[in-house]
Amino acid sequence: MSLIRLIEEARRQRDFNLFSQAIPYARFLGIESRECDGQLHGFLHYRERNIGNPAVPALHGGVVGAFLETTAIFQLMWQRETASVPKTINITIDYLRPAGPRDTWARAVVTKQGRRIANVAVEAWQESPEKPITTADCHFLLAAD
Amino acid sequence: MSRHPHHDHLAEYISYVPHIRELGMQLLALEVGRCEIGMPWRAELVGNPESGDLHGGAVTTLIDSACGLCVLAAMDDPGPIATLDLRIDYLRRGEPRRELVAEAVCYHMTRHIAFVRSSARHAAGEPPVAAAQASFIVKGSGGGLAADVSLDSEPPR
Repeated sequence: MSLIRLIEEARRQRDFNLFSQAIPYARFLGIESRECDGQLHGFLHYRERNIGNPAVPALHGGVVGAFLETTAIFQLMWQRETASVPKTINITIDYLRPAGPRDTWARAVVTKQGRRIANVAVEAWQESPEKPITTADCHFLLAAD
Repeated sequence: MSRHPHHDHLAEYISYVPHIRELGMQLLALEVGRCEIGMPWRAELVGNPESGDLHGGAVTTLIDSACGLCVLAAMDDPGPIATLDLRIDYLRRGEPRRELVAEAVCYHMTRHIAFVRSSARHAAGEPPVAAAQASFIVKGSGGGLAADVSLDSEPPR
């Protein structure tokens, strides 16, 4: 199935795991998307191989960054009417608290969506949404080339 | 360039980091406040199954690893560090079936904070796939070796 078809199917079934499972790196890290109270949440399964600092221990900062970026992309695709994959222009990640060796959640808010550019804010947490471990701001190019 | 005083220790350290080991990253160069890490292509790193292009997150993971290591390589006595922030500009697609190499330079360090620039490209002489800027909290004794590179080291372009 083509990516575009997959996105349409995922949106129709309201199951974005159809899509995340088709992305090799998302599957490799253990990224899923789940719908909670009508909102899309990103979910990152704890896996020992995602550890980046064995002394703390803490998840690899790049893994958490990749999780945030993926959650932002899913949110955009969830909301938009066209079935294309947004291209990441840049991402700015703030690391607020250590990412412990446990499951992680994330949610994204599309701050601004223009014709060509979208700005998305994402937050990840473990214990509670009030204590984000990492936040990110991302810019995406929406226009097809 | 003389061998880094902590070369073996740092090379051993990163080989123990599960995610770095899992992705088969290789330490290619290590100097005071500077390093290069290579990440071989593998199917699990793909972000777009139709084009085979690398996932932006895989590029982030490589760059974050290189940034952290160059900070450790700038410390007299490498100790705990934590990423404060990391900004990545994706300049070009990461091509399938090609190794990606990140270079990172710790261009300034104070007692508490290290400042880093990094870029990633498929091969020397090719334009970068991504460029990044990061800062780190340095616990314990910062400064040290970084003083030697803070003024005259050119950030990667």
